[in-house]
Parts: sequence; C-alpha cells; structure tokens
Amino acid sequence: MEPLVSIKPFLAVMVSLLAVVPILLLRSWPNLREAVTFLAGFVKWGLVLSMLGPVLDGMQIEYTAAEVLPGLPIRLRVDALGMLFALVASTLWIVTSAYSVGYMRSLKEHSQTRYFVFFSVALSATIGVAFAANLFTLYLFYELLSLATYPLVTHHQNQEAKRSGRKYLTYILGTSIGLVLPGMLMVFSLSGTLDFQPGGILNEQFSKGLIGLLLFMFVFGFAKAGLMPFHAWLPAAMVAPTPVSALLHAVAVVKVGVFSILRIVTGVFGMDLLGTFNLGQGLAYIAAVTIVVASLVALTQDGLKRRLAFSTIGQLAYIILGAAMLSPKALTGGMVHIAMHAFGKITLFFCAGAIFVATGKKNVSEMVGIGRRMPITMGAFLVGALAVIGLPPTGGFISKWYLVLGSMEAGQSLMLGVLLFSSLLNAGYFLPVFYRAFFCTPEEALFENQVKEAPAWCLVPLVGTAGVSILLFFYPQPFFGLAQLAVP
Amino acid sequence: METLIAKYNYWIYTLLMMVGLYAMLAKNNLVKKVIGMSIFQTAIIIFYVSIGAKEGATIPILMHSHEETVRTVEYVNPLPHVLMLTAIVVSVATLGVALSIALRIHQEYGTLEEEEILDQIQGL
Amino acid sequence: MNDQLPALIIVLPLVSALLVNIAGRVGRSYCWLFTVLVMTAVTGCALGLVSRVMTQGIIHYRLGGWPAPVGIEYVVDHLNVLMLVLISAVSLVAAIYSGPAVQREIPEQTTSFYTLFILLVAGLLGMTITGDAFNLYVLVEISALTGYGLIALGQGRAFLASFNYIIMGTVGACFYLLGVGHLYIKTGSLNMKDLYQLLPSLYSSETIAVAFILILAGVWAKMAFFPLHTWLPNAYTYAPTATSALVAPLMTKVSVYVMIRIIFSVFSPEFAFHISAVRHLVVWMAVVGIVTGSVMALLQTDFKKMLTYLIIAEVGYMVGGVWLANRAGITGAVLHVINDALMTLSLFLVAGVVTYRTGGHQVRNLQGFYRIMPWTMAAFTLAALSMIGVPPTVGFFSKWYLMLGAIHGAQWHFVAALVFSSLMNALLFFRIMEMAFFDAPDPAQAWVGPEAPVSMMAPVLGTAVGLLAVGLNSRVIVDRFIQFVIPAGL
Repeated sequence: MEPLVSIKPFLAVMVSLLAVVPILLLRSWPNLREAVTFLAGFVKWGLVLSMLGPVLDGMQIEYTAAEVLPGLPIRLRVDALGMLFALVASTLWIVTSAYSVGYMRSLKEHSQTRYFVFFSVALSATIGVAFAANLFTLYLFYELLSLATYPLVTHHQNQEAKRSGRKYLTYILGTSIGLVLPGMLMVFSLSGTLDFQPGGILNEQFSKGLIGLLLFMFVFGFAKAGLMPFHAWLPAAMVAPTPVSALLHAVAVVKVGVFSILRIVTGVFGMDLLGTFNLGQGLAYIAAVTIVVASLVALTQDGLKRRLAFSTIGQLAYIILGAAMLSPKALTGGMVHIAMHAFGKITLFFCAGAIFVATGKKNVSEMVGIGRRMPITMGAFLVGALAVIGLPPTGGFISKWYLVLGSMEAGQSLMLGVLLFSSLLNAGYFLPVFYRAFFCTPEEALFENQVKEAPAWCLVPLVGTAGVSILLFFYPQPFFGLAQLAVP
Repeated sequence: METLIAKYNYWIYTLLMMVGLYAMLAKNNLVKKVIGMSIFQTAIIIFYVSIGAKEGATIPILMHSHEETVRTVEYVNPLPHVLMLTAIVVSVATLGVALSIALRIHQEYGTLEEEEILDQIQGL
Repeated sequence: MNDQLPALIIVLPLVSALLVNIAGRVGRSYCWLFTVLVMTAVTGCALGLVSRVMTQGIIHYRLGGWPAPVGIEYVVDHLNVLMLVLISAVSLVAAIYSGPAVQREIPEQTTSFYTLFILLVAGLLGMTITGDAFNLYVLVEISALTGYGLIALGQGRAFLASFNYIIMGTVGACFYLLGVGHLYIKTGSLNMKDLYQLLPSLYSSETIAVAFILILAGVWAKMAFFPLHTWLPNAYTYAPTATSALVAPLMTKVSVYVMIRIIFSVFSPEFAFHISAVRHLVVWMAVVGIVTGSVMALLQTDFKKMLTYLIIAEVGYMVGGVWLANRAGITGAVLHVINDALMTLSLFLVAGVVTYRTGGHQVRNLQGFYRIMPWTMAAFTLAALSMIGVPPTVGFFSKWYLMLGAIHGAQWHFVAALVFSSLMNALLFFRIMEMAFFDAPDPAQAWVGPEAPVSMMAPVLGTAVGLLAVGLNSRVIVDRFIQFVIPAGL
C-alpha cells in the first residue's frame, strides 16, 4: 500500500524542538515557561493521537524532510511499531512535565530553564527515532538524544555528575560512533539503501560471518539498550534529577536503544535472514545473561534508583529476547513490553522521587515504615512493581505472558526458564521494599509523624501512571493492536 | 660515464640542490639556513636555464627580422629564461622575507643559533 | 563586465592591496572597512562565476587575449568555482572578524596586515583559478610569502615559527617548480589542458614519473601532509588571531585542491593511481597522519595548538580520500575540503574570541565559559560536533563519503583511522566542554577584554549556523558540482 504523505510526523518531531525558543525567552517567568512545555506536550500528543487511527487501519504516514545526500534522505514514516513507541513517549512526557514542575520547584533546583530546554530537545529526538524511516534518520536523532541528555544527566554540575556524565558519553557516543556508524556504512555499501523494509534489506547472498558481525555491531552499538557488557552507563546516569531518570532512563533513552535494535532486526536484517543463519540464538543468549545478571545485581543495590536502574537493564533485555527468539508471539510480547514496562517503571521512579522530595531519603534501608506516612506513594509503588514483575492486575502481565508463550512457540525451554527465574528475582528485589515500608513495628519505623506525602504536582502523576498500568491489564489496546500490526 | 658527461647540467643542479637542502635541514644557524635556501633556489634556476640551451644556438633575438620563417634550432629556447626571471624575483622576495624575520629573531633572542633559541623558549 | 569576471576576481584584490595603503594613510580604521568591502566584492564575483558555470559550463579565459598554450589561461570549472566561493566567503568572514582583533593585538601594523591579507587572498584565488602550471607556482609563492609575513606579525615564538615555515614552504614550492620543469622538458608546454593532452603518450617515461613525484612532494609539504607537517603547529598557533582565522582554514585546503587539480587535470587518474602499491602507501601515510594528528592533538594544553594538530589529521582525511581512487572517496575528499575549511574557521574564530576575552589561548582559559560566553560556546559546541561527525553538521557528510569510499576500496585501515579520529575528537572536545561546563572560572584569570564585540560575534555565530546549513544542503554541492568533477571511469 502506498503510504500517506503528510507533514504531521514532522510536526510531531519539531514541536518540542521549536518550543525551545519560547522556553528560553520566557526564562524569567517560570509559570509561563512551564506552560509552553505543557502546550508543546499536548500539541505533540494530539499530533501523535491524530495519526493513531490511520495506523491502526494499517496505513503508513510518510514525510520526507530533506534529501541531504543522494539516497540519504531525512525521512519519517509512521508505522505500527513507531506509533506504539511514540504514543508511550508523548503520553509520558506530559505526565513527567507535571512531575518535573513539582520536583524541581520543591527542591529549588538551579538552571531550571536549561533543564526544560534539553528535556524538550530530548523528546523531539525520541519521537524522531520512533518515526525514522531509515537508518540514517534514526542515527541522526539517536545522536541528538545522546547529546541532549548529557546536560540533564549532569544537571547538578558537581564532581559526581561530571564522572557520571563522562561515563555516559563514553559508552553512548563511543559505541554509536565506533560501531553503529561503520555498521551503517557497511549496510549502505552492501545494499545501496538504508530504508527500513518489512522483510529487511540484507539477504542471503552475504556470508553468515558478515551478517553476524553487522548484527553485533548494531546490537552493542546501540548501547542505550543497556545490553551487557555495555550497561554501566545506566546506573551512573542515576545522578540526574529523578524526572530525568524517570522519563529518559526508564522510557525515552533506553527504549530508543531497544527500539533501534528492534528496527534493525525487523527492518534491516529481517527475521527470516536471522532465522536462516541461526543468528537469533546468539542474541538470545546475550539477552538472557543480561536478564539474569542484572536482576541478581539489582538484589544487592541499596540505592533505590540504582536498584531500579539494574531492573531496567534486565527488563530491556526482555524486549530484545522477544525479538531474538524469532517467534511472532515473543516479538509481540517484546513490543508490548515497551509500553507496559514504561508505565510501570516510570511509576516506580516517580515514587522514588516523591520519597526524596518528601524525606530526602535515597536508600532502601532508610525507608522502613515509610508506607504509613506516604501510603498513596507506596501503594502506587506496589502497582509499578507488579507491572514490572509481570503479575496481574497490571499490564506487565500481558507482555510477559506473550513472551512466555513465544518462548514455548519457539521451543526455547532455556529461555522460558530464564523468564520465570527472572520474574522471581524481580519480585525478590521489589516486594521487600514494599513490605518493609508498611509492615514494621512502631519502634523500627524511621519516620516521624510530620512526614507527609509529596506535593500534588508529584503525587498526581504517579497515581495516574499507576492507574494506567492497571487499566492496561483490562484494556491493553491500542498498544497490543499496534504490536500485532507491527509483527511481520 | 657518457651519460654522466652528456647530462652534466643535471648533475650540477642536483649537487647544488643537495648542498642547499643539507644546509637548510642540518645547519643550526638561521642565516646559514637562508643561504642554503638560496642555493637550493638557484640550483633550480640553473636547471631551467640549462634546459633551454641547445648546441650551436644563440640568444633568442631574431637576426633577420624580415626572414619568412624563424628557424628555431638557431636560437635557445627563451621561455625557460623568461620563467626564471619570475623565479628570481620570487627567490629574492623570499630571501628578503627570510632575512627580515631572522633579524626579528635576533632582536627577540639575541642569537641566531636555533638550539640557543629553543633553549630560551624552553626556559620561558 | 560579466565576461571579465575570471580576471576581475584576481585583479580586484591585487589592486586593492595597493589601495589599502592609501586607506591606511587616511586613517587606520578605514583599512578594515576597505578590506571588508573588497572581500564583499570578491565574493560577489565568485557568486557571479557560480551562476555562469552553472548555466554555461566551463569557462576558459585568456589573459590578454593570448591563445592557450602560449598565453596564460584561467579556467573556471565545477571544482574550482566551489573553491572560489569558499575562499572568498571565508576571507570575508575573516575580514569582518579581524577588526577588533587587529586593533587589540597589532594596532601598529594595521596597514601592513591588511595589505598582506588582501594579497594572500589574491594568491589563493589565483592558485585556484589558474590553468597554467607555472602561473600556479608564482601564485603559490604569492600566497606563501604573504602568509609568512602575516604569521610573523605575531609576538615571541611567531618569528621562529614563521622562519621554519619559510624553509619548509620554499622547499615545497621548489619541488613543485622542479616537477613542472621536468614536464616542460618532455612536453614543451605549461598549460594544464595542453599537458593533459600531451602527457598520455609519455606516461611510460621515467621523467614524467619523477615530475609527478616531485610535484606531489612539493604540494604535500605545502599542505602539511604527514610526515611533512612539522612546520604547521607552531606557525598557526603563534600567529596573531586575525591571521590564523584566515590562514588556518584556507592554506592547507587550497593545497589539497592543487593536488586534486594536478592529479585530474594535468595527469590523469589512470596515471596517478595505476600502481596499487603506491596508492596503498599513500593511504597508509594518511592513516598514520590521521592517527598521529589526533593523538598529538589530545596531548596539547594549548587550545590553538590542539586545533592545528587537528588540521594535520584532517589533511590526512582528504589526501587519503583522494587516493582511495574511487568515486565515493574523491567525493568525500572534495566535500571535506569545503567542510573542513568551515569547521576550522569556526574553531579558530572561537579560539580568537577566547584570546580576545582572556588574553590567552590555553585550554584552561575556557573554564566556566558556558556561563561566561554562552553564545561563543554554542558555536564551539556545534563546531566540535561537526569535527566529531555528528549529523546533520557538515563533518558527518564528508566523513560519510570518505568511509564509504574506504569500504568500497576495502581499505579497512582507513575506516579504522576515521573512526579512531572521530572518537579522539569526541574525547578531546568533550574534555574541553566538560571543563567549560563544570569548572568555575579561574578567579586568578586576568580578564583582559570585555565581551567580544558584534563584529567578532557575528562571524562566530554565522559560521556555526553555516555548519548546519551547508550540512543540510550537502546534496546540492554533491549533485550540482562535485559529481562533474570526478573523471569518468572512477
């Protein structure tokens, strides 16, 4: 089918980039400045939603912004997978903006204008990756995202931020320049195009060694996906203000990584080619190791945000495992997990931030008895945890269910074991936090009566995302529908 | 041996060039380097001038200006000579610039020995 | 008038170089205005030539009306019209920028500075436009001699640096002249087009091979191709701010152009590239040059010196790209001539602003600069990203072609060198950005200047925006110009 030509995807990308100008101009009027952020957020969301209908009807929407070099256009194409991701990101941006206002103002953070500016740019880049029609466009926005998030990660501008920022860029930029860029060029020189095609653009005429080399250049090159051994930047990035960790390092940045890998696997290599050369298995092993090791490490972390970060590394590997098993059901599960994990994990980060705003505590061991003072927050925490573990009544159950089904469909009993074992570990590192927050003797409780819930700007978003997590269990559309459309 | 003698002009210019190059690279004194540079440039001028020469030919001024045809074998090729007028101008200009800069260096460091200058720079 | 553009673009600056002295007599400040006006006019001429080349194709202009093999011919084709625009535009930007810098650093020599400035531009434009091998030599020397002078206007170490440059530059020019002499012995011609037609029957001659090697060696010395690069770092570092803004972006790039011109329009690619061992050797030299340049840049504490080593690495990009001897590689090399000129210009303009504000050009002078001079740092960040090769800045697109060419030619070491250099640049520039972002300004810092004036900031920001604008329009440059440059059969 001929794709629909419309400028909407381009506008959806640009709106938050253009919002930078008014945000900068209104830097002396914080309320107006944040109003711009919200306005841009809603416009973006509206644009994405307006394209949802046609995409669910099986249409694709395309827009070529510029042909920068012959055969190398900046082109956007909205398909089901891209729509799924863009929908998650643009929805959560609005929620996170509200949360940011509460968080940043409560803590009286400095340089808030810079913060909101780069947040906007990061969102543009995220949507750009989601809608990229070819590898070049994807790379362009991928790099933009890396750079735009650097000032956010290093927001505090102290020594720790400097160290972490260095690590962040070394991993992210080092791999994208060192592996993705040459990989991209090799693909271009082999196939003459970088356009994502449903069946892939490489074929069997190339040797297995070459295809395998390229696959791993991309898989490790997109280090934002956090596959081991290129994961260490993610825990380091937790020095950022919590809204940044919440949206970017649970949703936008890391999902851009896995999304890119999914795009490469489906659009550049093609599932069939990987199946023919039996390359999925290798990828599956890497993902499985990452899942188990990350979950084990998460158990040992006392810093709540670091624990969440390692959990994220594990969960991202689920999505890659979904693609690596080369079964339609597993792939569906992986794609849906992008959305389900996003809502669950962002809730957890919001909770961590709310606790920090209300009490200044960052470590799990210091949170004994907090549930009695902040019951709403900790209630939402439970919902988020269930979503990540994959238990009903949350959306996480659906994606995990499909991953399990997929592993059975593909006859991967080892992977099935990994999935189940890891779910157990997930429960092992989340539920104690919840348990000790509520169930402790009055003497053990570390909090005095004065401690109250965080301000409404923080509280409402986290209740909202927790609510959506539950809602997605009963009504997994449109994400489920989009994923099914996206699976070849 | 014969080619050696027959093409003696090439040997001379090569020799001169090497002398110049050696002075430029190996000499420590800046003025000696400038002299080397001059020798080097002159070598090339000699090369050009010599390739215009022909056996038994004379300077390129037409002796019988109303003759129908100019017999080129009778005259040396004037073009390389003309080119070298330009090259000489260039080399004089280069020499001038180089010497004036050497002068400024002497004012700045009080010496023209490269090693001593470098020592002073290190010491700064 | 329009027909005389090829001559006008040279004659105009040549005459103006004399006239600027009169302006200097009237009042020093007029020199700047006069130079800016001249450069604007020259840029106008260059743009006029672009439209003529695009509508009418290659222009042959006979100086004095003498027909080609006897008289000197100026030729404007798709390759050098790009260079003419580049040179005149960069000179215009550098001229605008030079005002406050000259006033601060070398007020006494204002008139001489602008005389040399305009002459240098005339020389560079001449090197680009001429179709005569000997005329090229003269113009090379014009630009070189003025360059020595401009560099020697600096203080302290500038003199010695300029002196070493003279030695190396003269050796380079002489080698070139010697090579041309050998060509003349065999063909009796100096016109490039004539040579191009006469040479193929003589390709087996050893004299021609010697001529080619001599010319190449000469041009390499001029462009500071590894290992003939040693003169460059000091010369460009200790030159006055206004000088390095003009010299650093243009001199090496024009020499690369000359190399391309010699290979394509005097010799032919078949001759130049027919021995694969030689081809590979040059690519290897480029690789070593890129790696050395990048590593040396990393070791510098002087900001300007660091940039000069990057120039050396970038020269490796271009020479290597040409000697990949395939379409993509040469496209990349030509594109990189333009892109690298813009990037280098941008970076040296920033370095100049830093010098203007802090009185020094050490890396540590940049501490806390994101807070002090956010606009300058925005420009710097863009230029740095371009050097790293992040799309959609210019640096990415030429690197794209260069890498593609290397992959086509299976020159994996060249791919590795390009990747390595990109990573080194990332390391290098982010180290500086980190310092400018995190560290507080040094309280002991002697702030010698106020905020840089508009005439400096406008070029800085304009060039930075240019990096994006040109990058996004790379296709125009490739499709409308570069593709006509590459000889058939490659």
